[in-house]
Formats: sequence, structure tokens, C-alpha cells
Amino acid sequence: MITTLLRRDLSRLFPFAGRGGASLPLLFFLAVAMLYPFAVGPDPQLLARTGGGVVWIAALLAAILPLDRLVQEDITLGVFDQLKLRNVTAESVMAVRLVAHWLSFGPLLVLATLPAAALLNLEGVTLKLLLLGLIAGTPGLAAVGLMIAALTASLRAGAALAGLLLIPLTLPILIFGAGALARGDAASIGFAGAISLALVAVAPFAAGAAIRAAREG
Amino acid sequence: MTPRLAATDLACRRGDRLLFRGLSLQLGAGDLCHVTGANGIGKSSLLRVLAGLLNPYAGEVERAGAIGLMDERPALDPDRPLGRALGFWNALDGGADAAATYAAMGLADLLDIPVRYLSTGQRKRAAMAALINRQVPVWLLDEPLNGLDRQAQARVMELIAQHGAQGGICLIASHQDLPLAGLKTLALEEFVP
Repeated sequence: MITTLLRRDLSRLFPFAGRGGASLPLLFFLAVAMLYPFAVGPDPQLLARTGGGVVWIAALLAAILPLDRLVQEDITLGVFDQLKLRNVTAESVMAVRLVAHWLSFGPLLVLATLPAAALLNLEGVTLKLLLLGLIAGTPGLAAVGLMIAALTASLRAGAALAGLLLIPLTLPILIFGAGALARGDAASIGFAGAISLALVAVAPFAAGAAIRAAREG
Repeated sequence: MTPRLAATDLACRRGDRLLFRGLSLQLGAGDLCHVTGANGIGKSSLLRVLAGLLNPYAGEVERAGAIGLMDERPALDPDRPLGRALGFWNALDGGADAAATYAAMGLADLLDIPVRYLSTGQRKRAAMAALINRQVPVWLLDEPLNGLDRQAQARVMELIAQHGAQGGICLIASHQDLPLAGLKTLALEEFVP
């Protein structure tokens, strides 16, 4: 059952699989990294000092883009209702979707950080901390995204609201994940990872409850 | 296990409006029942309450046997070819001879076409195929004839009769006349407050 659900979710969310549009977050991420040196000037020291933060912001914004198709479409199509009739709980559906959502942007984002780092003159310890931070932080970004997508799915302006709600909630991850860059030590990445894990643990239940509430609404 | 679907003193509220109240219902093996009533009277809500997707405002529902619901939403991914969209549900349900069902519902030539290009009637036939493949004893059908051509309507009537003959339960919400033998009728107007 889990593999069937995961296969469907991945085929809908994974970039370059199925319809176009799913690869947009990745391209968006690279575009921000490419534009930044043009905006602040080509001073290598300035870029090296601020570049890591820009990559984090770009990652955050890229995580917002796929939210509108994460949950809402399946409510409109009645997929969750049909799954419930087959005794598949909303929690397990959401847990699988969380995995699929992360797989469809997390690993690729980490990979895309390498070309972005070259554009922003990031290397050595900074690059290592940035990559570790993103690996620790992106699951948390995915979890917050899923919860918010489920909560706003039945609202009319849900997609825009989701983006607005996501930003403050991801602040802790950003503070510890990107904060590691400023201090140059890996300790706070552990905090980012811990926050991420807590969010991942809560997300399926919160999102599942949101879907049940949407059904009654 | 013999299937059973029973409701006692059921009431349903949507928003501020009480749709119906005091509705009781007893359906056992082989029973076919036609739910009638004007648009917006609560036929679909009744089906969703019976399916367990909505909590009743009052009253209780007893179910024995798995429930299959077919409503206006076919739950098929618009961007996937029909064969793969139906294949997802088949993989979850397992067991049934999917190819035979597709042939019976006249879907064999449509399996490579993305669901979004299909007409309303074709989608309805696909949803019917998904329901048949589940092989569940209780069918709840919400306007199963809408959008279907005459031939497909006759086919669906045949399938419902067959389902009843095999000991299944079928509750049909429809504003059309249903030419079925031994059909009970549940007029929802009688339960409007």
C-alpha cells in the first residue's frame, strides 16, 4: 500500500517526471543564486560572506512553490475520500506525501547548491556547513510546507496564504541552519536537525487532521 | 459475511441548515434502493454520511461489509493516462481482473489517453470500472447515469441488477427513473424538517 501511494505521489511531484512545472522550484533556486551577484556587485569577499544566507532564502522560497499542488488537488478530485473508504488513514497518506515532497525537492536542492556555490564564491568550510545545514533543514521545510498546504487546501486564496504562513514558521530552521554559517561551527546545525525532526514527526498528524476537518467543512 | 447497511434516526446538518432528520433505513443482502428528491435536498450528503465520510448530526449508521462510493468526482489524476490512473486504485485493491472490467465498461481503447481529455461520460464509466474492480458488497452511487449515453446507461443498470442478484447492496441517488426490478424507494422529502 505504502509503495503504491509513494509511486503515485512521486510521479506527480518529482521534477522531470510527468507534467512540466515540477522542476520550476529548482530552476527558481538557481535563478536567485545567479541574480544575486548581479544585484550586489561582483566583490568576491562580500559574496562569500553573504552568499550562504542567499542560498538559504532561495531554498526557502523554492520550498513554497510546489505547495499549491501538494494537497488541494487531491481534495478536489476526491482521492482522500476514496482512500478513506479503503481504510487508508489520512495520517499514513500524509506521511507518504511528506517523504515524496522532500524527495522531490530536498536532494536536488542540495545538488543544485554546488553550482550556486560556484556562482556565489562559496568554498571550503562555508560550503560544507551550507550543505550540511540544507540536508538537516530541508526535511523540516518540507514538513512545515505539508502542514500548511493541508491547512489552507480548502480556502479560496490558499496558495498565497500558504506562502505567507510558511515563512515565519520556518524561522527556527533558518536561524540555526543559516546561523551556522555566520559562526562557522557545526553545532547549531544539530539544532536545525532537531527542529526538523520534531516537525517531521508532527506533520503527518497535523496534516491528517486538517484533511479530516476539510471533509467536514 | 452478509452485507448490511442500516441507519437509525439519522439527521444531517450542513452549515446552518438541517437537511433531513428522523431518517431510518434497513438494507440487507440483495437490496436495491433509489434515493429521490429535488436538487440540494441532501441526497449526496446522505450518501456521504452512510459512507462514513461525514459525521451525522444525530443518529447512527451501522455497516457490515466494505463500502464503495461513486460520486461526481472520479478520483482519477487528470494528467495521467487512464490506464495508469485506474492502475493506482487497482494496485491498492488487488485481485480483480481489471482488463475484463475495462472491456465491459468500453474503456479498452481509452487507456492511453490522459484523463483530462476524456468526456464526462467516459470519466463516469472509468469511475464505475474502479468501483467494480474493488469487489465490495455495498455500492453507494451518486447520480450514476449523469453524462452517460443510452448504451452505457443500460450497461450500468445491468451491472446494478447483477450486483443485487449476487447479494450486494446498492443505494442510488438519482433524479432519473431507474428501470430495476425489486427497487425500493427512499423519498428524502419525507424527512425534511
